[in-house]
Amino acid sequence: MANIAQATREETATPIQRGIREALYAGAISLGLFVLFIGLRTDQNIRNELILVQRWGLLAIVVALVMAGRFVMTAFVQPAIDRRKAERAKAAPVEEEAGFVRKNFSKIAIGVMFVYPILMVMLFGFQGSLKWVDNFGIQILIYVMLAWGLNIVVGLAGLLDLGYVAFYAVGAYAYALLATHLGWSFWILLPVAGIAAAFWGVILGFPVLRLRGDYLAIVTLAFGEIIRLVLINWREVTNGAAGISGIPKVSLFGLASFNVSDPNYIAKVLGIAQSGAYYKIFLYYLILLLALLTAFVTIRLRRMPVGRAWEALREDEIACRSLGINTTTTKLTAFATGAMFGGFAGSFFAARQGFVSPESFVFIESAIILAIVVLGGMGSLVGIAVAAAVMIGGTEILREMEFLKLVFGPDFTPELYRMLLFGMAMVIVMLWKPRGFVGSREPTAFLHERKAVSSAFTKEGHG
Amino acid sequence: MQYFVQQMVNGLTLGSIYGLIAIGYTMVYGIIGMINFAHGDIFMLGAFTALIVFLILTAMFYSVPVVVALLIMMVVAMLMTSLYNWTIEKVAYRPLRGSFRLAPLITAIGMSIALSNFVQVTQGPRNKPIPPMVSQVYNVGGISISLKQIIIVIVTVSLLAIFWYLVNKTSLGRAQRACEQDRKMAALLGIDVDRTISITFIMGAALAAVAGTLFLMYYGVVAFSDGFVPGVKAFTAAVLGGIGSLPGAMLGGLMIGFIESMWSAYFSIDYKDVAAFSILAIVLIFLPSGILGRPEVEKV
Repeated sequence: MANIAQATREETATPIQRGIREALYAGAISLGLFVLFIGLRTDQNIRNELILVQRWGLLAIVVALVMAGRFVMTAFVQPAIDRRKAERAKAAPVEEEAGFVRKNFSKIAIGVMFVYPILMVMLFGFQGSLKWVDNFGIQILIYVMLAWGLNIVVGLAGLLDLGYVAFYAVGAYAYALLATHLGWSFWILLPVAGIAAAFWGVILGFPVLRLRGDYLAIVTLAFGEIIRLVLINWREVTNGAAGISGIPKVSLFGLASFNVSDPNYIAKVLGIAQSGAYYKIFLYYLILLLALLTAFVTIRLRRMPVGRAWEALREDEIACRSLGINTTTTKLTAFATGAMFGGFAGSFFAARQGFVSPESFVFIESAIILAIVVLGGMGSLVGIAVAAAVMIGGTEILREMEFLKLVFGPDFTPELYRMLLFGMAMVIVMLWKPRGFVGSREPTAFLHERKAVSSAFTKEGHG
Repeated sequence: MQYFVQQMVNGLTLGSIYGLIAIGYTMVYGIIGMINFAHGDIFMLGAFTALIVFLILTAMFYSVPVVVALLIMMVVAMLMTSLYNWTIEKVAYRPLRGSFRLAPLITAIGMSIALSNFVQVTQGPRNKPIPPMVSQVYNVGGISISLKQIIIVIVTVSLLAIFWYLVNKTSLGRAQRACEQDRKMAALLGIDVDRTISITFIMGAALAAVAGTLFLMYYGVVAFSDGFVPGVKAFTAAVLGGIGSLPGAMLGGLMIGFIESMWSAYFSIDYKDVAAFSILAIVLIFLPSGILGRPEVEKV
């Protein structure tokens, strides 16, 4: 009876009334949540003792913002969404003809990525383009490549891997150590780093073959932590937490180098002005090609028996086994292939930074890469690239928001809020699109015609 | 021998804290089958709340009896983390229930990042030390046992007793176990599943808050990033004991505590975490569903 009464009250209330009620609830809850953490701040005084600083004004502002946000959501946004949904349900489903951009999205995107550095140089000059090519272009592409690599393990084979950054670390340290001690070139060490990472992928693969789901997740997480802890503590080899510095740069296949002091410095060879931007642009194209290689290999593998076995494994392991697929080797190849690309990305990272330390290979990196894969829609290469661009590019852009200082005062540092916003964005995107940006899947084997399958019919594997 | 027993005592203390956090992981996992990655940060929030309450108490009164102070800290921390975990469940996990499996995992990781950075932004990135609250040390046959350690063990044992009673003897616990076995059937029988799940989150958070308060008392320092390592260790403990099993979580926590203190005592302190994680991997090779976990039966 009580339920019915409540339901009628819910129906008769106008959106505004409901909005006010919800806003009051939200205000009360946020007051409870923030009263100690925003209202008070622990600070050190001169004698290094902790004291409390009171900030009730800030608390009031935050609570008021939460209430206003909740009110607008329930009173205006939610009814509007409901109305649109109702209209859409009434209208007959029209087969939407995909537009030109949509049909050729990946081709256009690749084209844009190839002209991006040239465009930036034309817009900002060599010096001005550095930031855009390095911080945005290279940074995003590294994550695109890592996420595409992890996608083989998580998206195709359905094995949940929370320690992917370990392979990235193996690749980075393989290049850093061999290049500084033996002086080998990047072009020899790139495959070496890939093989080393793949080898570790197999080593990780063996103990976890029998594990499923969350047991697999924790062991991969533990593996990632073990690698990081060994890198920190094995000081004789890895130089511990201080890391390895002075890692040689990549050369242009030995034809020209990017060290100003070398006789075959690229500016001297080509007879142009000196600039640090050449190296960055070169690195940009290098990582772009490496990422495209990852995508190419993934696409081709999906059409090969091993790729089909991965996807079959993801959809149903028991069916897979009863059809005579060797699940052991299938899982191991997935781990090894994914790890190999992580290793490639790692050696590129080491060459780009010129410095590696265990700091760069913490769990949060694995989590970010996994989040990109899931937000992109598990298995969809385009979706993953879009997710990487949105999440990484979005947080990088935050560094550039100088105008916020005008709003919040000169002490405001947007970087501080970067990871906070990143975490919240992860939650919001997931709530908004639980299946990721591109939820549908294209089959590789089909009868008569190829049709994208809605994500509702696909599975994500059990590990 | 004395040295060994001493390390046993240290391991027991550490293991109690891990066990309390691990119970939160394992309960949530048992009832909705998700890894609540934000749980470690809930623990950190508990420790931070205790810190702030401690500062308020010392600022308002000249001296408070330690027992009273600890009790107030614990209760406020429990309320605070319960509110946080309840809100997080409602905002970030409930809308995704029944959606695909990785979605709540990703929101949980997002929440974990957001929570620790929220504390960093609002409270500052520094370590927050407090003066030692209890400092008595007793000497029993050559083994030194501090009052802190005794408090930790007593609090843990009494909480576990209350908790055991709640889960096994009350209708709430029955509802929880029913939801764990079959959520749909439980709903058909008139159990309010949403409410039961909310209460599960609140119970997990409350235990984590106690662990956080004890952590603050034991180490005397807390920082915004302190949620991650104990969180991962506790999760390891939950998996080691067999995720979904409550005695398993406590057993796993104690095992991780013992491994850590023994390894740092007899081998090298640098590799204690490596040892804990390696033993997890080795145990899981032979017992793929943990020590007390039930093997998953797969139906076709």
